This record gives sequence, C-alpha cells and structure tokens, in this order.
Amino acid sequence: MSAITINNISKSYGDVLALNRVSFNVAKGELFGLIGPDGAGKSTLFRILTTLLLADEGEGYVVGHHVVNEYKEIRKKVGYMPGRFSLYQDLSVEENLSFFATIFGTTIQENYDLVKDIYVQLEPFRTRPAGKLSGGMKQKLALCCALIHRPEVLFLDEPTTGVDAVSRVEFWDMLQKLKQKGIAILVSTPYMDEATRCDCIALIQKGGILSINSPQQLIDDFRRPLFAIKTSATYRMLKALRNANFTASALPFGENIHLITTSKMTPKEVKEHLDELNIPVEEVTAITATIEDVFLELSTLKEPIKE
Amino acid sequence: MKENIIIKVENLTKQFGNFTAVDAISFNVKKGEIFGFLGANGAGKTTAIKMLIGLSKPTHGKGSVAGFDISTQAEEIKKNIGYMSQKFSLYNDLTVVENIRFFGGVYGLSRKRIKERTESILNELDLTSVAKKTVAGLPSGWKQRLAFAISMVHDPEIVFMDEPTGGVDPKVRRQFWETIYRVAEQGKTVFVTTHYMDEAEYCDRVSIMVDGRMDAYDTPINLKTKLNANSMDEVFLKLAR
Repeated sequence: MSAITINNISKSYGDVLALNRVSFNVAKGELFGLIGPDGAGKSTLFRILTTLLLADEGEGYVVGHHVVNEYKEIRKKVGYMPGRFSLYQDLSVEENLSFFATIFGTTIQENYDLVKDIYVQLEPFRTRPAGKLSGGMKQKLALCCALIHRPEVLFLDEPTTGVDAVSRVEFWDMLQKLKQKGIAILVSTPYMDEATRCDCIALIQKGGILSINSPQQLIDDFRRPLFAIKTSATYRMLKALRNANFTASALPFGENIHLITTSKMTPKEVKEHLDELNIPVEEVTAITATIEDVFLELSTLKEPIKE
Repeated sequence: MKENIIIKVENLTKQFGNFTAVDAISFNVKKGEIFGFLGANGAGKTTAIKMLIGLSKPTHGKGSVAGFDISTQAEEIKKNIGYMSQKFSLYNDLTVVENIRFFGGVYGLSRKRIKERTESILNELDLTSVAKKTVAGLPSGWKQRLAFAISMVHDPEIVFMDEPTGGVDPKVRRQFWETIYRVAEQGKTVFVTTHYMDEAEYCDRVSIMVDGRMDAYDTPINLKTKLNANSMDEVFLKLAR
C-alpha cells in the first residue's frame, strides 16, 4: 500500500488555477520532495492531503484512506508541520510537546524514542516559551510536535525556509533517520540543493508538475552542453553572453556563470569565443548539471517567461 | 580614503539585559560595494541591521551610515537610506503607480520629482502596461523588483535588503541579482542578507556573524582560500557549526 496516492487533483481559487491535474505516489518509508518556488501550489496540495481543504477535482488517498470520506482516520495517522510556525508561542517547549501528545491521546514518555534525537537539543530550553526560540530551534520543536503521536506519514511544508544553512543540514539529517523508521515523508522546499537528499522529487511550478524522478535521474537526463565560466566581471560577462550567438542561456550560479550553448562545443572552443569578447576569463569547464540547472531548463521550456 | 567609506562601525554592541545580541563588531562598507551580511538564525544580524538603519540604539560602540551618526542622527539616516524588508511591503490594493506615489510622498519628494521617478521606474522595469493594475495581480518576480525600485524611490546612496530572495523562484532570484548588479554599477551601495550561500558568492565582500560576533569579514575568494573550502556554503558550515 502506498503512503500517499493522488490522481489528477485540481484546485482553483477564483480565476487562479493553484493545482492543475497533479498525480503521484509516495511509498511507505519514502522521502518525497516537492520542489518549487512560492506560489507553485505546494501548500494547497498539503492542505488537501491533510484534509483541511477540498480539491475541485481528482482523488487523494493517505495511508489507504480517502481524503474526503475518511478524513477522521487520516487526521489520526499523519503529522503536519505547516509552513508558518503554528505552535503556542506563550507555552514553553515542554508544554507544547505535552499538549500535542495529549490531544492525540498519548504521552511524551510513550513515544519518546521517536523524538529523542531532536528533543535532546531542545532540552536546555525546556522551560523557554516557544515564541522566544531561534528559527532553527522552532523548526525542531515543530517537528517534535508533529511526530509525538507516531504518525505513519509526515507532511512538512517548507520546514527549512528562512532557516540558516547549518540548521538546514541538521534538519535533513533528522529526516533521513525518520525515514529509516518507516515513516513516509512529503516535504516541500524552495531550496534546490536540498532536492538531492530526497529519494524522489516532483518539480512543481504554477500548479503543474514539470517532472517526477529520482534526483540522479533528473540530472542524468539533462543532455544540453553546459559550462561553468569563472570571471572577475560577472555582470559584464552576463550581458555579453546574452548577446552572443552561441548562447542558449547564461545565468549566474554562485561564483560561476552557467552557460548552455546552442550546439556542442569543447571548453577550449568556448574559451576562444569568450576571449573575443574582451572580458577577463579565468576558467571554462564542462560540468554536470545540478537540480537547479534542470529546474531552470524545464521551467523555461514548459512555460516561457516573458521579460 | 574616508569619503569612499559609506558604513563605518566600531565595536558596535547591543545588550538586552544579560544577553549580548551583538558583541563588539567592527567593519566598513565601501561606496558602490555589494556587501553580504551573513549569519545563522539568532546570530544577531537583525539586531545589528536595526542599529544601522536607526531603529535601535547601540549599547556601546559607534558607527556612521551615509555620513550620519547612528546614535544621534537616526532620523537623518532613515531619510538617506533605502530599506527592503523580508516580507513584501507594498500595498496590494493600490496600483503600481499609486504605490510609487505613496512612498514618494512618504519620503517627501515633490510632485514633479514623483512624476519623474514614476516614469523612470516604469520604464526601467518595463511595467508601463500594468501601471494602473493593482500590485496584488503582478507575478512575484515583478512585485519583488518593484519593491526594490520603490525602496530606492528617493534615490538613496545605500539600500539595505533583508533576505530579499527568500522562497522565490530560481529564475526570479537571478533576475533580482542582476538588478542588484546594475544598481551597484551605478555607484549605489547594496547591503544584503541572505540564506542562499550561492548568493553570498555574488557579493564583493561578506561578513559572517556567529553568536553576536563577526567571525569572518573578507571577499568570498579570500574566505574560501583561508578556510580551505570550495564554496561559500562550506565556509559557512565550517564557521557556524
């Protein structure tokens, strides 16, 4: 039995189509990533699957239960961490956790083994009001509260947005451990670099799925000639590349510019072309795509952005 | 070259009771520079920025922004800087033009000046076709760039941006950075915070705050060399962990 099955789910708000015939499956113990920017429809899908919102069309099942007819069963078996911090700010760390345990008819002691690794980091702040925790700590507490009733499926809506790079790495390490305990996890993120930590990802934009695959397969499927260009004059180089006839796309990527050329070329040929532009070039290398390259490519192909 | 320094801070400190949120940080930002102000959540970035933009008084230390003293001339600073916050801060139910006019008015620009600025913003951002539409209906990338343009409606020498790209589409994020490059090329100073470490690479210089202290302050290339790291992401993890 799949942990989550959805078939052709659509949802509109007035004229805005938030989800357009979305379908996928998440297996038991799978870490499934929903990767896309703000406004892609991620939160809407979460709300439908956690039985908080009705879809206009299509069907969804969570741990075998229908999202509309059997919503009460689903609510007992899933943990949900909404995008916005939703714990009680004026209750302490311990009080929040104990509150959520009680609502689900359990105790902290009974399921302590599940949250232990995370909770030990919070223990020094046990008596601090949740509203006074730092961003990373809030996320950890929210995760504990979503886990304390031992759910079969965990829904995490942008758990790492606005969280610093260190806390983000720690958070994903925790998810790997939970997965090993057989919990299925549906997690959304706007950070493309986090995609590689999922078993399977769906790239989503403007309510539609661009692609569903393992991160490695998505990267392997990227066939266009891609180069990293290192230069001390990034902005000038970008402008020049945009006007060059061999450029399919040129975008800043950290310390490099990623250039996709219209036809196959060697790094040496690219370098020769660049030298003609009269801008200092330190290095040109042929590189393997990242998930972000794949996303940018797919989103441009399927939905040309007019600028 | 004193006149080339637009932000100068010495031993800036902020204490809340026994807690030292910002612990004697010192740094300079040069005119025309893109300066990345990085740090983990809770490291003291927001507290430091509040002192720089005149919203909070330092407990110790001193500093100047755009030639004004941060302890005694907070009002002057507010008039002479631009600020774009983490959250989208334009009025959704006003049109593009109304938003520009409103913020122009807040900064005390003359009618003539507001008219000129409106035209130049609409042209630069190619928003003429939607000038009379409410901001609510604009695509997020346009909203973002409009918010940026409006934060500079009064033509300040320096603009502070607090996580301007959090959660936005990778394409929009890049377009936004190109706007930043363009503004810097015109000689404006950009002071920016971000959690995207690839964006840290786009900055001329960065500082990294850890537990209220400033643990690193250099160009991305020098930091990578010093810490023997391949990327700013690694630099950040090594320092902040």
